Amino acid sequence: MSPATIIFYIISAFILVTGLLAVTTRKIFRASIWLLFSLIGIAALYFWMQLEFLAAVQIIVYVGGIVVLIIFSIFLTIKSGEEMPKPILIRSIFSALAVLFGTGFVVRIISLYTFKPISTTAFNLSVNQIGTQMLDTKDFGYLLPFELISILLLAAMIGCIVIALKSNDKEATTFQNSIQ
Amino acid sequence: MSEVPLTHILFLSTCLFFIGIYGLFTRRNMITMLMSIELMLNSVNINFVAFNKYLYPEKLDGIFFTIFVITIAAAEAAVAIAIIINLYRSHHSIDVEDATEMKY
Repeated sequence: MSPATIIFYIISAFILVTGLLAVTTRKIFRASIWLLFSLIGIAALYFWMQLEFLAAVQIIVYVGGIVVLIIFSIFLTIKSGEEMPKPILIRSIFSALAVLFGTGFVVRIISLYTFKPISTTAFNLSVNQIGTQMLDTKDFGYLLPFELISILLLAAMIGCIVIALKSNDKEATTFQNSIQ
Repeated sequence: MSEVPLTHILFLSTCLFFIGIYGLFTRRNMITMLMSIELMLNSVNINFVAFNKYLYPEKLDGIFFTIFVITIAAAEAAVAIAIIINLYRSHHSIDVEDATEMKY
């Protein structure tokens, strides 16, 4: 076993353990911190695959953006020190069974299939290449999806502001009265 | 590098995806459910990157799809958190069992 192989197994064990802790721990703030570690582990996996650009994007967007957003919303909505109520036992048993069955099923299918690489050229990725192909209008260019994504981001941003905007006090009280 | 077969990376992403599914099934708190969805999206990203690197090394399509998935995940998380905060204002709870006005 070469050092690279050993490092891969260490990284994957780290990702799986922290991910499992993120979905099972009962303190919500700790769950978000475990999620943070799991996402950093995935960035390390990209580094291991020599995709430095993607690893940087992963760290900037997930670790710097989404996890911080989640932590902010935890502080805005619930008492972060309190423990969440335990999940119903029968529900967790059946979901664990379904998950184990699904994992076994997919792992068996993957292990029965042999993947053959189409070409054997070495994989080398430069940011230059990504940028050229992403803004290309000719064959295999990704300009149209790029523009669509930018419109989607703009729409999502405006939508977030509209949804989270504090509504009129009068409107809010009438809405609450109609609920009760 | 080439000693780790592609199937082992796929095993890793499968396990991560089903960990996310387990969280989505057992949790009843909206923020933790959102965290499970993030885990599932990340496992899909690992698949895209691994297939691109091992099977089509001369192309970049998997990288582009990964970048787009990361972007959409960011937009989705922002919208979901805006909805959660708005729900908290009107219901004073973010448990999915408490938001039942549109259930029946």
